[in-house]
Amino acid sequence: MAIRRISVVAGAVLLLAGCGGAKVGEAPSAAPGTGAAGSAAACGTLNLAINPWVGYEANAAVIAHVAEKNFGCTVVKKDLKEEVAWQGFGTGEVDAVVENWGHDDLKKKYVEEQKTAVELGPTGNQGVIGWYVAPWMAAKYPDITNWENLNKYADLFKTSESGDKGQLLDGDPSFVTNDEALVKNLKLDYKVVFAGSEAALITAFRESEKEQKPIIGYFYDPQWFLAELKLVKINLPAYTTGCDADPAKVACDYPLYELDKIVSKKFADSGSPAFTLIKNFSWTNDDQNLVAKYISEDKMTPADAAAKWAADNEAKIKAWLPTS
Amino acid sequence: MTTLSLTARVPARRYLLGAILAAWVLGHALLAGRDTLALGGAELTPLHEGANQAWDTVDDNRNSNPFFLYFFNYVRLILDESVRFVQALISQPSFGRPVPVLGWLGVVALAAAVTYIFGNIRVALLTVAGFVSFGLLGLWAESMDTLALTLTAVAYSLAVGIPLGIWAGLSGRFNRFVTPVLDFMQTMPTFVYLAPLTLFFLIGPASATIATMIYAIPPAIRITAHAIREVSPVTLEASASLGATAAQSLRQVRLPLARRTIVVGVNQTIMAALSMATIAALIDAPGLGKTVLKALQTLDIGAAFNAGLAIVIMAVVLDRATTAASRRVETRRRTGREISAFFRRVEVGGALGIAAVLGYLSYTYVWAAEFPAGADLGSYVRRAADAASLWVQDSLSGFTDALKNVITYGLLNPFESLLAGSPWWLVFAVGVSIAALVGGLRAAITAAVGLAALIGLGLWQDSMVTLASTLVATILVLALGVATGVWIGRSDRADAVLRPVLDAGQTMPAFVYLVPILGLFGPTRFTAIIAAVVFAAPVAIKLVAEGIRGVPPATVEAARSAGSSSWQLIGKVRLPMARASVALAANQGLIYVLSMVVVGGLVGAGALGYDVVAGFSQHQLRGKGLAAGLAIVVLGIVLDRVTRAAQVRTVRLGVIKED
Amino acid sequence: MKDQPVLDVRGLWKVFGPKPERAVGSTLSRQELKERTGCVAAVRDVSFAVRPGEVFVVMGLSGSGKSTLVRCLTRLIEPTAGEILFDGADIRKADERHLRELRRHRLAMVFQHFGLLPHRCVLDNVAYGLEIRGSGRAERYKRAREVLELVGLTGFENSYPDQLSGGMQQRVGLARALAVDPDLLLFDEPFSALDPLIRREMQNEVIRLHREVGKTMVFITHDLSEALKLGDRILIMRDGALVQMGTPDEVVGAPADDYVRDFVSDVPRSHVLTLRWVMRDALPEEPLDGPELDPDLVIRDAVRVVLSADRPVRVVRDGELLGVVTSAEILEMIAR
Ligand SMILES: Nc1ncnc2c1ncn2[C@@H]1O[C@H](COP(=O)(O)OP(=O)(O)O)[C@@H](O)[C@H]1O
Ligand SMILES: [Mg+2]
Repeated sequence: MAIRRISVVAGAVLLLAGCGGAKVGEAPSAAPGTGAAGSAAACGTLNLAINPWVGYEANAAVIAHVAEKNFGCTVVKKDLKEEVAWQGFGTGEVDAVVENWGHDDLKKKYVEEQKTAVELGPTGNQGVIGWYVAPWMAAKYPDITNWENLNKYADLFKTSESGDKGQLLDGDPSFVTNDEALVKNLKLDYKVVFAGSEAALITAFRESEKEQKPIIGYFYDPQWFLAELKLVKINLPAYTTGCDADPAKVACDYPLYELDKIVSKKFADSGSPAFTLIKNFSWTNDDQNLVAKYISEDKMTPADAAAKWAADNEAKIKAWLPTS
Repeated sequence: MTTLSLTARVPARRYLLGAILAAWVLGHALLAGRDTLALGGAELTPLHEGANQAWDTVDDNRNSNPFFLYFFNYVRLILDESVRFVQALISQPSFGRPVPVLGWLGVVALAAAVTYIFGNIRVALLTVAGFVSFGLLGLWAESMDTLALTLTAVAYSLAVGIPLGIWAGLSGRFNRFVTPVLDFMQTMPTFVYLAPLTLFFLIGPASATIATMIYAIPPAIRITAHAIREVSPVTLEASASLGATAAQSLRQVRLPLARRTIVVGVNQTIMAALSMATIAALIDAPGLGKTVLKALQTLDIGAAFNAGLAIVIMAVVLDRATTAASRRVETRRRTGREISAFFRRVEVGGALGIAAVLGYLSYTYVWAAEFPAGADLGSYVRRAADAASLWVQDSLSGFTDALKNVITYGLLNPFESLLAGSPWWLVFAVGVSIAALVGGLRAAITAAVGLAALIGLGLWQDSMVTLASTLVATILVLALGVATGVWIGRSDRADAVLRPVLDAGQTMPAFVYLVPILGLFGPTRFTAIIAAVVFAAPVAIKLVAEGIRGVPPATVEAARSAGSSSWQLIGKVRLPMARASVALAANQGLIYVLSMVVVGGLVGAGALGYDVVAGFSQHQLRGKGLAAGLAIVVLGIVLDRVTRAAQVRTVRLGVIKED
Repeated sequence: MKDQPVLDVRGLWKVFGPKPERAVGSTLSRQELKERTGCVAAVRDVSFAVRPGEVFVVMGLSGSGKSTLVRCLTRLIEPTAGEILFDGADIRKADERHLRELRRHRLAMVFQHFGLLPHRCVLDNVAYGLEIRGSGRAERYKRAREVLELVGLTGFENSYPDQLSGGMQQRVGLARALAVDPDLLLFDEPFSALDPLIRREMQNEVIRLHREVGKTMVFITHDLSEALKLGDRILIMRDGALVQMGTPDEVVGAPADDYVRDFVSDVPRSHVLTLRWVMRDALPEEPLDGPELDPDLVIRDAVRVVLSADRPVRVVRDGELLGVVTSAEILEMIAR
């Protein structure tokens, strides 16, 4: 009895307080993602892997933006490391990886052997891997950009981690490096130290510029940080085809990577309009760095960043759409 | 007789230890750099390649193997659906509606009602404040995702862990079998099994749930077993003497008496699950962990801290709620029927009634479904955290460099060069003899087997480098633990001020503070050590404080009346009497430091930590990563067993001497 | 029939340790046995019989094996060798079900540390034995209330054990044992954990209950005065073995060895011994017209009569003159 009375009273009070609010499903603002029903049937769901770097996210955001807006796709983004994302092709968890750096081993396994993945051509971005220094160092020691002078400066780079050698800061763990072999084969007086994460590398370069601390390390372009600090690349002996065939004997620079797109076989066969979009998608390093900068420096959400870029670059987007 | 021989042996052991260390230093001076079994970052041993191939085999047969078709796939389906169901209730748009079934108001009301019914009005208010703050921080949906994953994983962990715990409590044999398995589950770094899990259970909530369960089940089993085992034998005997069957004794004596301790186990399980639910973001687990990881990519300290704060708040709420629930079990038992059954029914009915009404509102009205966006505390928190971290980096960097250099050159480098720069056989011999000396024969055998395993795994030198950092970090943890522990053990005010800080240090995901300390110390082994100390020191401090507080006041009074100074009181009375706690703090500190090895790999520790991280990221290094994970487990087990044996011995010797 | 013992224990052994059977029959001392075999002989070759309605006390110093012995009787500890005949049937041969039935209906035990269930109220604690043997709710509560009244705890039905004093908790333990209406009650030092005053009160309680319900009891204690006060017969143990068995006055008046003598040396003998122990044959010239007293009268109670009589007091049973007592014997006894 008493229970019921209490809840009735409480309920009445609360209902009075609550009356007059907008109801769920009535207010358009309360219904994100349910719009654009028109062509949804044709596209369905697009499962985009999001590899953990901002440049990748820029690609994915723009593709997602176009896919949602033009074809009414439901885009599901999945935050995954590369290795894990590739596994997802076979299971249908992942439809597309939209910025791939090399990974010949994964290609061999999933494209050639398992045949669960399909290559879908370059993104137009070029990946440049190499050794970099902060701009102040390049200004102060102009000849440091030539690898042959590195031994001359080795003392500058000594740290608590490298003992009596210069420290070569390595190791975003996602990237394959030949640096230990390079140091050995080029007879450099350096020791490779594993920073362990991209965050660690970026922080180190930031400090280097701010405190004028000498740092030399492994880095890559495109990367949003380069929009903040234009690192200067060291010229290693030029890359020639096959000079990196034996990982133990490498004595040359890293190759240029044509960054490309990979999709699952299932998705490729589905005839989804998003497939054509991803196939046609192509832009420049500057485009990507710009969107990446929106996201990382200007702290926009990826969706907002993509929308902003799309509004400014309608012509480019038009070229990606199916011609029919 | 034994008294004499043992006390006589103590100094002898000390000299022997000194002699061994001297021999080691001498051997190192003569033989440094020889037979160090170094293995470069990209180099593999046949074992690592074999692991790669095994991995591929599993991957290739996933769709044909009956084990997958009839077992893994069903497990995955059930877990996926469970998480999705809870998400549909509280965090994700569901059933064709743009919002979850329960909006923020409903969730807050339900959480408050539940904590009120099982706890008390104070935790109910705390729960309301905590849950509302998720919304204010701008992280309502993310927080609910984390909550959904945590609760699902906890439910399954308890469903599996409590029965197994009861079994382990009843059967010594099963207990002996399960203990090393649990040790393994708890020391194995998460990074190592995250990727293989996705191999078996694919990407998504199922893998995340299982990863969380792997970490959260051990405390449930251990504490339940302990609770069952500790039930007073007198009561059990009385029950047996009246002719109770084993089942009756279990149901009517053991379980009721163990209940309070089992609730403590539930508490520990929830805490473990929460900490793992954030790390599982690495395999796309939904929730706050993802926000933290994303922020790490752009070095956005503010955003990372904001999400970290939400995690800490959730931990505090869940912790206090379960603690209050266990107290309630206790008070009800002690004071009997504190309130009449009728009033209790009214109370429960009232709380649920209000929750139901608010839940209905949140189902129906937009304002109660979606957290109002206007009240945005999150941006202030983000900005404040950014500013604070900038200030710390700017104003401390001179001092931090000095600190880093002192520790690195004074302690870490010599240690590392002794361990990793001496020939393996020398280190092996020294390690086994030290274990024999401090822990006895069994400890020595454990050490020998463990060190041999490190060689077999092909990661000897990396293991030694990691070991050096681990030992240095443990020394720092212990120093900090004793200093701070004595302080807060003696002063209630210090305790009140510091305890929340300690709680936060334990629950704040390490990813949050990696960026600021990277700014302070750069990517170095020392940075990794600091990260480990931040994580491990709170436990050590709490344990030491506990021991200090446990010293009987009568003893302190007696010492004071004999004219002891404050320092004498601490050095000659309190610390020696808290010896067991300090030893436990060292042991736990060590284990916690080891669990941070992988995080250390992210900030410049290199060695095993980096091997694991790289194995998680690079296809051809996955076998090596697996081996590195095992090496960490081996280090953990050896260090744990040897320190525990040493602990038992010192306590025993101490007792005999005092006789 | 009346003389058939309720409980007849023959050659009981309990040895703890590896391969305990080896030690059975050994004549080595406990210490030697321990050093040679690693076994502890907690009970060695103990035999005794308990008569119906009797209070049988087992006494010994701590560690002498009393608790082990009493637990062997209900096989809470499994004996190593020997027979335990309960109403003529060997308990050791009972299978698990039969044993459980015995424990549920015919034997009950009271423990030193009570062993109450802290999460149950007094009423539920007392009803516990009935509950596990499957009695209905109403029936067991009715019985529990009766026994609670018997032990003087009416009004505390809904209290919880830790709200009660030690003495009251042990009353609950007693009530729990009585509730199942057993044929034999076992007590393992039930009052050792209590204050002296409470202990006295509880001893009187046991005496009263014994008078009222007439149960056969085996009572373990390390306290001689308790043993003398409660016991119809006393068994004294030392290092697991029986040293002496007899009535209280036999134990005090004729200790079997130094161990027992030491034990009883502090007992005021006049409080325990009867006239039987001090009377002597009448001398030829003595007058035999003094007052008459029973031979089983305790000396303390005879003192006044004997000292105030001006001639020897005659000790008479069934009209037959057994001997005489004078102030000289009484004074000598008290002075010793
Ligand atoms: N479970 C056991 N294992 C080994 N020795 C035991 C065990 N229980 C009792 N004992 C030994 O048996 C002897 C008798 O113990 P106990 O029956 O408890 O003596 P009491 O009740 O007379 O004090 C003691 O020496 C004790 O150490
Ligand atoms: Mg005893």
